[in-house]
Amino acid sequence: MELMDRDRGPGTGERKAAWPVLTSLVIELRRIAGGAHVLVAPEDVIVYEQDGSILQAMPEIVVLPGSIDEVRAIVRAARAAGVPIVPRGSGTGLAGGAVPAGGGVVISLARLNRVGEVDLRGRTAIVEPGVINLDVTKGIAPQGYFYAPDPSSQAACSVGGNLANNSGGPHTLAYGVTTNHTLGVEVVLHDGNPLWLGGHVPDGPGYDLCGVFVGSEGTLGIVVQGIVRLMRARESVRTLLAVFDRMDDATRVVVDITGAGIVPAALEMMDQTTIEAVERGAPAGFPRDAEAVLLVEVEGVREYTERALREIDAICRRGAVRDVRIAQTEAERQALWKGRKGAFGSLGTLAPNYYVMDGVVPRSRLPETMRRVAEIGRAFGVRIANVFHAGDGNLHPNILFDMRVPGALDRVIEAGAAILRACVDAGGSLTGEHGIGLEKREYMSWVFTEADLGAMARIRRAFDPTAGFNPGKVFPSPPACGEARRAPAKIPAGLWV
Amino acid sequence: METAVSPTHLPQAPSRPRPQPIPSLQIPELDQCVHCGLCLTQCPTYRVTHLETESPRGRIHLVRAAADGRIAPTERFAEHLYLCLMCRACETACPSGVKYGRIAEAAREVLGPPGSPFSRAVAGLAFRRLFPRLDRMRTLMKLLRFYQRSGLRAVTRLLPRRLREMEALLPPVPDRFFAPEAEVLPAIGPRRARVAFLSGCVMPLLFGEINEATIRVLRRNGCDVLIPKDQGCCAALNVHNGEMVAAKAMARRNIDTFLAAGVDAVIVNAAGCGATMKEYGHLLANDPVYAEKAQRFSQLVKDASEFLVDLGLTGPLGPVRMTVTYQDPCHLAHGQRVRVQPRNLLAAIPGLTLVEMEASDRCCGSAGIYNITHPEMSQTLLDEKMASIARTKANAVVAPNPGCMLQIRSGAQRTATGVTVYHLMDLLDRAYQAGEAGS
Repeated sequence: MELMDRDRGPGTGERKAAWPVLTSLVIELRRIAGGAHVLVAPEDVIVYEQDGSILQAMPEIVVLPGSIDEVRAIVRAARAAGVPIVPRGSGTGLAGGAVPAGGGVVISLARLNRVGEVDLRGRTAIVEPGVINLDVTKGIAPQGYFYAPDPSSQAACSVGGNLANNSGGPHTLAYGVTTNHTLGVEVVLHDGNPLWLGGHVPDGPGYDLCGVFVGSEGTLGIVVQGIVRLMRARESVRTLLAVFDRMDDATRVVVDITGAGIVPAALEMMDQTTIEAVERGAPAGFPRDAEAVLLVEVEGVREYTERALREIDAICRRGAVRDVRIAQTEAERQALWKGRKGAFGSLGTLAPNYYVMDGVVPRSRLPETMRRVAEIGRAFGVRIANVFHAGDGNLHPNILFDMRVPGALDRVIEAGAAILRACVDAGGSLTGEHGIGLEKREYMSWVFTEADLGAMARIRRAFDPTAGFNPGKVFPSPPACGEARRAPAKIPAGLWV
Repeated sequence: METAVSPTHLPQAPSRPRPQPIPSLQIPELDQCVHCGLCLTQCPTYRVTHLETESPRGRIHLVRAAADGRIAPTERFAEHLYLCLMCRACETACPSGVKYGRIAEAAREVLGPPGSPFSRAVAGLAFRRLFPRLDRMRTLMKLLRFYQRSGLRAVTRLLPRRLREMEALLPPVPDRFFAPEAEVLPAIGPRRARVAFLSGCVMPLLFGEINEATIRVLRRNGCDVLIPKDQGCCAALNVHNGEMVAAKAMARRNIDTFLAAGVDAVIVNAAGCGATMKEYGHLLANDPVYAEKAQRFSQLVKDASEFLVDLGLTGPLGPVRMTVTYQDPCHLAHGQRVRVQPRNLLAAIPGLTLVEMEASDRCCGSAGIYNITHPEMSQTLLDEKMASIARTKANAVVAPNPGCMLQIRSGAQRTATGVTVYHLMDLLDRAYQAGEAGS
């Protein structure tokens, strides 16, 4: 246990497990999961060094369990060998949560992808962590139900990854984030023992330990099953695209819409740079010369959606909108959403790399924060593409850059830190839905005191006394670490980027 | 796949030589991938294996790592690159427009053809000596036809299992090969266009009737159809399997032949050939003599369905009473982004009902020579495909590409579902015949 006992940051070298230990662990893991599901060759494991973020660190071993019992045995074996465990879903996370910062065993849960009991009358489903988010909805859509959390990556991301990061999405505004749709989880703890937290009935007595687990970014244990809520599809769904010549007008309209007491199902913004990327990659018909567009969706009974659309239209017109387009068919609506959901990926058409921020500000502070983001971009000389959940003030400024240009990464990380600082100063927070991961752990002290962080660390140790699950994530590394010599905003040493 | 634990497999082992960077893999397409992962669930091999190495994002990561000299292009690396079907479903899914096909082709060029040294040698021989020479293809098919009709087939029982399975995949060779009566066949009715027709390498030998049907449909739509004698195979199999030298020579020959014909369009009725020929511009981008000509040629290439929808169907179509489902050939839907046109043509046929299957644009497992090089994966995908087809309750499948047709036919035979497989041009031709009979 010595190997991971001290909660050190990654890349210090001391954390790496010894080679004989790993060799005997590999033999044991092959016995548990079968040779085909234990990877150690560089040409096999190197693809697990990165997730959807820009951070990289090589695992020593990757294992893909096919059953809950295998997960339990793998956890026992890895912990007995003193090797850190990094759980991974689809690897679409944006904060480096699945990057094995200190090496160790990556447990990919991609094969645990069964949808268990679906209870439409009780509106719950039991799903394994490797189930793809969108597949939950696909399976129940014919009966008129859906699973609400809808990250942009929902066609690829896993429910387990969503649970770990308490993921949101465009429809978070109306329906809440993953934790609001999770009734219970079965987890495998550090000793390999399973435990159910929560259950089919909401608001059970005692501590809400399911709530503690959701959003814990793989630091407490491994979720092997979840009971999720299902929702009834609304009678009417209408989507509107509002085109603005000025970003300032667009942000003010966001404040006006929510201020008028309308709660759209989604209220999304894309700026000109993002529109350019989408139109280059997989065109969705957004006007390239607009400074910003808003994508507004309302759901409910037909009478409500018609009225809400009229009101939103009127607010937009008072707010100097250039054009309002209402999707007339389902195909038009899907086309608008395809453009929005592909926006992140499409940034590759503008630059080889992007660094996405996930700051949150109170909605009313949106106009000034967006101005501040633009100023920071100018000050650091970086290009920023904004695509975000405007309705809940969850910003995603994407800083575009080319990693191969010397010094570019440092400048980008500093600009990112400045943006997050601006969000925190505006009364907001570091992350809306992507998690802290590896990327933002050094900023935790901006929003939490030593006492706050200490309380969280004690909760972690209650679940995992030696902190061997996903070490190096979420918590700021102690100042004794090697990378502390560098500015806190910098990427820790030992990581490939 | 059970491998013995060998210390050399562990990254810490000190004895591994340091890999060298590979400059020919440093291609700009790599920079466009931002690792978002939206391709994963659209990739047939990822869906089956759940391994990142068998996903487009993973393969791009591997190629990038090899390009940078972080890993060596080993056998294992080659296995990952060659388990890919080259269906390019990832290109449809990619929000960034990454041209994965080009990345994989570049990697395969470095690796050379897949498989054991023996199968590499056989493949190399086929790519360099067989496909470029249609007369040799014809002779080979005649031999195969003789073999299939003689009592020799009984001997296959003695072959090893793998060869026996490969033998079973061979389609029956028809009595007659495609042999157009003239090099130019005139339009029926007023002339609306002058087109050249790629007769292909496999199509004229195994699907001669479909070539004839395609030409009849084109003529009925007012096209003068040229079938240049000097044309050759499109080189799709070469390009997909890392053989670029013969491939480029074959492309140059087709460019010369078809550009000399002076036509409005070059019509292709095989999706794989169409996709490859539309990319001659890329294949020959660094050829000082052919770069521009290749671009011009690629602009002329049209899938038959694409061309006919642009032109607008004419003439009376009679009823073809059947219920069909449509299989999007990968190199039509993903490679050429042609999805709507074939459906529009089907909708134009009176009496015909189209029932869509689930994931009609997912690969059936044929993928060129993939069903021979990777029979297990191919079979898994075919089983899934046959199940989706069965759920539509259609009695026929339309798949405008020879590879898909052979694959789905073999699936239908094995599952004994009684489903028949047609080329789109086949059904259009029948509709015209029915129209003629009715008028």
